[in-house]
Formats: sequence, C-alpha cells, structure tokens
Amino acid sequence: MENSTPDIQRIKDESPFNLPKLRKYFPAWLRNFLPIGGGHHHREEEKTLFGFLAFLISESFIFAVFIISYIALRATAETWIPPGVKGPEMSAQTLLSSIILLSSSIVIYFAERALKKRKIARFRLLWLMTVLMGAFFLYAEVKEWLGNDFSPSTGLLGSTYYLLTGFHGLHVAVGIILLTAMLIRSFIPRIYQKGHYGVTAISLFWHFVDVLWIVLFSLIYLWRG
Amino acid sequence: MPNNLVHGVTLPESESKHTLAESEKNWRRYFTFNTDHKVIGVQYLVTAFTFFLIGGLLAMIVRAELITPASDLVDRPFYNSLFTIHGTVMIFLWIIPSIAGLSNYVVPLAIGAKDMAFPKLNAIGFWLVPVGGIVLISSFFLPGGAAQAGWWNYPPLSLQNPSGNIINGELFWILSIVILGISSIMTAVNFVTTIVWLRAPGMTYFRLPILVWATLTAQLMQLIYLPALTGVALMLLADLTLGANFFRPTAQGDPVLYQHLFWFYSHPTVYVWVLPIFGIFSEIIPAFTRNPLFGYRSVALATISFVPITGFVWAHHMFASGTPEWLRILFMFSTELVAIPTGIKVFAWTATIWKSKLHLETPMLFAMGGVMMFLFAGITGVMLGAMPFDLHVNNTYFIVGHFHYIVYNTITMALFGGIYYWFPKISGRMYLEGLGKLHFWLTFIGANLCFFPMFPLGLQGMVRRISSYDPQYVDWNILASLGSFLLGVSILPFIANIAFSWLQGKKATKNPWLATGLEWTTSSPPPKENFEEIPVVDFPPYDYGRDKYSHPHLANR
Ligand code: HEM
Ligand SMILES: [Cu+2]
Repeated sequence: MENSTPDIQRIKDESPFNLPKLRKYFPAWLRNFLPIGGGHHHREEEKTLFGFLAFLISESFIFAVFIISYIALRATAETWIPPGVKGPEMSAQTLLSSIILLSSSIVIYFAERALKKRKIARFRLLWLMTVLMGAFFLYAEVKEWLGNDFSPSTGLLGSTYYLLTGFHGLHVAVGIILLTAMLIRSFIPRIYQKGHYGVTAISLFWHFVDVLWIVLFSLIYLWRG
Repeated sequence: MPNNLVHGVTLPESESKHTLAESEKNWRRYFTFNTDHKVIGVQYLVTAFTFFLIGGLLAMIVRAELITPASDLVDRPFYNSLFTIHGTVMIFLWIIPSIAGLSNYVVPLAIGAKDMAFPKLNAIGFWLVPVGGIVLISSFFLPGGAAQAGWWNYPPLSLQNPSGNIINGELFWILSIVILGISSIMTAVNFVTTIVWLRAPGMTYFRLPILVWATLTAQLMQLIYLPALTGVALMLLADLTLGANFFRPTAQGDPVLYQHLFWFYSHPTVYVWVLPIFGIFSEIIPAFTRNPLFGYRSVALATISFVPITGFVWAHHMFASGTPEWLRILFMFSTELVAIPTGIKVFAWTATIWKSKLHLETPMLFAMGGVMMFLFAGITGVMLGAMPFDLHVNNTYFIVGHFHYIVYNTITMALFGGIYYWFPKISGRMYLEGLGKLHFWLTFIGANLCFFPMFPLGLQGMVRRISSYDPQYVDWNILASLGSFLLGVSILPFIANIAFSWLQGKKATKNPWLATGLEWTTSSPPPKENFEEIPVVDFPPYDYGRDKYSHPHLANR
C-alpha cells in the first residue's frame, strides 16, 4: 500500500465505506475501479482505465437514445417500409461480416492474453487480425449502403437505419484507428513493460462495439412485421 | 498562536517559494494552452463571464422591446433570435462553464490533489467552450440570422429554415450544442475520475465538503443524461441537413419524441447547475456563521440522491404536450418528490444560521440572498409541479419568472458569492468590501424588480416569447424592464472591483475567512502543484463548532 502510515490505516478503517464486511462483498475488480476510502495516489493505469470506462458509459447512453428512438418510432409507425422499397435484407454477406465482427472479440481476447504472457509476436499477429476483421466489416457495410434502394430521407426506415448503422460504423472506424495506433506503439522498445492499460482500454472498447452490433443486428434485420 | 498547524497538517513556516510577484509576471499563461487546473479554472470563469455580458446585452434588448406593448424596436424574426440566443448563451456558456471553472479551481484543492486526473483533457475541454460560443454568436451574421426556435429548439418549428440556405442559424445552433456537449462530457469524465481517485490520504467520502459531493453528483448526471441531448441534436441535424424524418410530422416523424429526449437531459441539467450552487452555499454559510453545517451526512446523501431521482421527472415540462393522463399523474408525483431532498438542504442551511454569530461580508450576503430567492423559486416550482396549475400557466411569464428566480436570483447570485469567497485564494488579494456590498444590493433589488413582475403577468395570462402584447400588461412590463437595466448597471461595480483588486488589492493571507477547507491550508495563490506537502486529513468537514478548544487559530472570528 502506497505511503500508508498506521494513522492513515486507522482513518481508513473507521470510514463507513471501509467496513470489512462491506469490503468482503466487493469483488476484487470492482475494488480496483472504485477505490473506497481516501488516499489513492500513484495508480496511474487504473485511474486512466476508470476514466475510459466513465466515457464508455456516457457513450452507451447515446446509443441507448438512438435505440430507444428506433423502437419507439417503429412500434408506433403505421407503415415501416414505404411501398416500392425493399428495405434492409439480411444477405449472406451481412451475416458473414457480422459473424466476423463478433469473432474478432475472441481474437482480441487472445491477443490481450498473449501480451500478458509477454508473447509480443503473437500479440501483434492477433491484434493485426482484429484490425483486418474490423476493416472487413466496415467494407461490407459500405457495400451494403451502396446497394440499398433507400436513403436517409426514405421514411423513418431510412432515417433510423442510417443513423444506427452509421453511428455504429463510426465507432468501428475509430476502433480500427485506435487498434492500429496501439499496434504501432508496440514497436517502441519496452513500451508495454510497465503496463498496458491502453491495450486493455481499447479491447474494452472493441467488445463494447461488438456487443452493440448484436443489439443493432437484431433490431434491424431480425425484427419482422 | 501556532498558525502553521492546521488540523494536524504541518505546513512550512514560510509562504510558498512560488511567490505572488512571480505568478503575476505569468499572466500570459491565461491565454495559452495551459494544463494547470487553476489556470483553466480562471480561463473558464473569465470566458463564461464574457458570455454572460453578451447574453445580458441580448436580454436588455429584449426587455427594451417589451417596455412598450407594440413591436417597435426590432423586427420579429430578430426578436426571436434574441431570446433564443440569450437563453442558449446563459445556459450553455454562462452557467455551465462558470460552474466548471469554479469547480475546476476549487475541487482539486479541496480534496488535496495536485491537479485534475487528466490535465490535458481538461484543457481541451475548456478550449472547446470558446469555439462553441463563437459558432453560436457568429450565427447572427449569417444570411437569415441566428436560430429562432427558443432554447428548447422544438421541431417542427426548428426545422423550418426560413432563410432556405444550407448554412443557416439553426445548423450553427446545433453544431454549437454538440461542441459544448462534447466539452462537458470530457469535463465530466475528468471530475468523476479526479474525485474518485485523487483524494488525499484520509479524505474519505464522508469528509468531502458538500461542494465536492455536489460536483461529483452533477458530473455523474452529465455523464448519464447529457448524451440524450447530444443524441437528439444529432438526430435534429440529420433532419435539417440530410432530409431525415425523425421529427417531421409530415413523414410520420414524431416531434413529441424530441420533447421527451430533450427534457430527459434538460430537466436533469437544472440540477447540474443548482447542486454545485447548493455546494457553494454549504461552503459559505458555515464559514460565516462559525457553525458546522447542520446535518452534513443528510445533505451529502440528499445531494447524491439526485442522480437517480432527476431521471424520473422530465415529463413535467410536457404536461401540455398531449402526454397520456397516467404518465402526467405519475410525473406529477415524482416531481413533487424532488421537494424532499431539496427541503432537507434548505432546512440544513437555516439550522446552520440559526442563533449563530453572523458575519455579513459580501460572500455571505450573496449566499443568504441566494437561499432566500431559492425558497421563492422552489415554491413556484412546486406549484408548477401540480399539473392542474401548470396547465393554466404553461407557456406564460409565470414559467419565465420561476426559472429566472432560479437562474439569476439563485444561481448567478451564488456564483458571485463564490467568486468573492474564493477571490483571495485565486488572486492572492482581497476585494473591496464596499464595492462588493454595493454590487450585492444592486443585484438583489434589480433581480427582484426584473423577475417578480413576471409572476402576476403570467397569472394574468401573458404568454412568453412574444414581442408585442395586450396593453393591459404594460405596467408590470415597465417595472421588469427597469429592473433589467438596473441589473445591467449592477455588473459595473463587480467588474471595477475585480479589475482593481486583482492589480492593487490588499495582499490576502492563506486563510482570510478562517475557513476549514483544505484549499485554505495552502498559500494564496497556491503553488504550482497546490500543496508543498500532500495533506493528511484526520478531521471532519466544517469543523467550526469546536474552535475554542481544538482550533485556537480559528477562534478569533
Ligand atoms: C422544487 C423544485 C422544482 C420544481 C418542482 C420545478 C418544476 C418545474 C416545472 C413543472 C416546470 C415546467 C413548467 C412549464 O413549462 O409549464 C419548470 C420549468 C423550469 N424550471 Fe423548475 N422546478 C423546480 C426547481 C427548478 C430548479 C432548481 C431549476 C434550475 C436550476 C429549475 C429550472 C427550470 C427551468 C429552466 C424551467 C423552464 C424551462 C423552459 O420552459 O424553458 N427549476 N419547473
Ligand atoms: Cu424540470
């Protein structure tokens, strides 16, 4: 424990948030994120990760707003797909690119593990694979957009479809940029020796983007009627 | 009297090496991309105050138009732009950034930290504010003028685009809101991380000053609720520029959805403003009554309780928007529930003042004036929360009166109080008491003269956002307009005081108010990393009552 004197220890133990009983019910990972009691300097990585998590929570609320709007508009609309429009179809390609995006979550997990075990070459390979899988998804999405027979101004269907896929696609693109940056960083000697919260944060972001796609995919392609 | 022993924290005998003279030479740093939270705090405050002056000027033109019943000073579209930009500026460029500035300055000091958690992010967050502000103000010079749909910016009105241009005032309004929203989210991430991670040893949650609790609460609310505004602004942007149909009733879009999403943020935002203000009251009142804050823990818990509560009341802004009956009744009850944690606080301040020895310096005058005015604002709020009453006065000047008692008479007054209170810490100099008191009385009289007439006007049925009105309303309107001009005048002693005192004022000691917060244990202004030595905290907050016995250095006030 950093610069702990017996005095500080006493203070910590007295604090109502530090009752040993309460602490017992806090899983270790939560304790890392939510330092209870006072005096937590010099834990740079966890602090940064905490900030990133706070940002992700905020970001997820924007998605929540878009998703709720979609559900509310769609549930009350008289006609969802305007006459003469085919609407978004789940083609083989959509399915394939979705499966690839979701599998990339597994790949990035193993990349992270490789880094923890100090197998840097394997980390780079798996990390690069994640980038490529993300890029393929983005490519497939743009192709789907270009093939569609509707635009953002085609009823509520077009507006919501492009909002959801566009905003999600933007996140995939940002993810790819961040992933690439981390890959380049890995070539700086000794950079990942002290810790790799950047890798952890970006892999967290990538899982976030992937989980969101499951929700969006169900809403856009599986919701019938 | 051992003045170097503050609550068991041993401080070096001499004042900091980083002396006043040295920092004075560095005034240029205020114009650079600096990452010191103290510099950023001042940058925020000065920027916000500049926008306050601009917003105030717009308001005085509005009031000048309303001094006669006819629409004779400015043309109607321009009048619409005036009140729209006035409201937007005051909310997003005065209240929010000035609170961000004060919190930026005080919170790291008050928890014993060297700086914010992410200093660079902090600086970026600040610099986005003038960018967003310039985008907004510059829209006046576009062909077709600035946005005209009020600060709510409800579609379909906001989608009309009277100028017909692709680049229009409405577009700039939305861009500005998105930029300022991104800035606020950065700031929120920063504050939450700072308060959770950077507290000094021994600074447990229940030793945090209420201002810090309030900042934590307010910034958590920004994190959760602000994305709704950013999201809805992006959807509106799509409607306006890409021809999307989210809020277009002619293409099955739903304008009421906009209202839900807008108020889902914009109700909570009123607590993002007012909770730090309550925090300022809770710092000033104990220091000037020499009493510990009454019911500290209840106040802290009442503060944090707003994070969930405030998410369940938004539809009280939509009682008259075709909201289903069951929803209206539900929201009426949840709205009135808010009075409980709010009441706890008012009770706590009153009890703190009760039978105390009052010190009526400028910060305390503003704090007491602010609490008094808040009582008025809160009571009218509870009236509005009663749906049958609200349906009656909805969209009238009664609403305008209610929220101006909040935003001016409570929030702006408290901000001035806070600025006077921390001015010695920030500048290392004392302000002039006489000018400060003059400022207070002009503000207090001006604000009541300006905003009180709006209650009778609203009850008589004068609707808001119009530039001409029935002549029967003229008397109260003249009073309100005169009040607004008096408010304009009231700013002058403030500016004179701050400018003069910063340059020539009497040197301030470390702790001119003999207050107990950690910020008062370091020199005025504090050295680069705030403390010569990171303090160790082993005392409760607002430790005033026991002056004579354990804190002899605090007793002589
Ligand atoms: C006990 C507390 C409060 C209650 C019950 C309350 C209730 C209400 C209600 C029902 C309205 C909507 C009136 C209408 O448009 O018909 C309203 C408007 C408003 N309130 Fe409050 N209020 C309270 C406190 C506050 C506070 C603390 C603030 C600010 C910090 C605030 C700021 C506003 C604003 C800005 C509006 C007007 C929005 C607009 O129409 O442009 N209120 N209030
Ligand atoms: Cu409200």
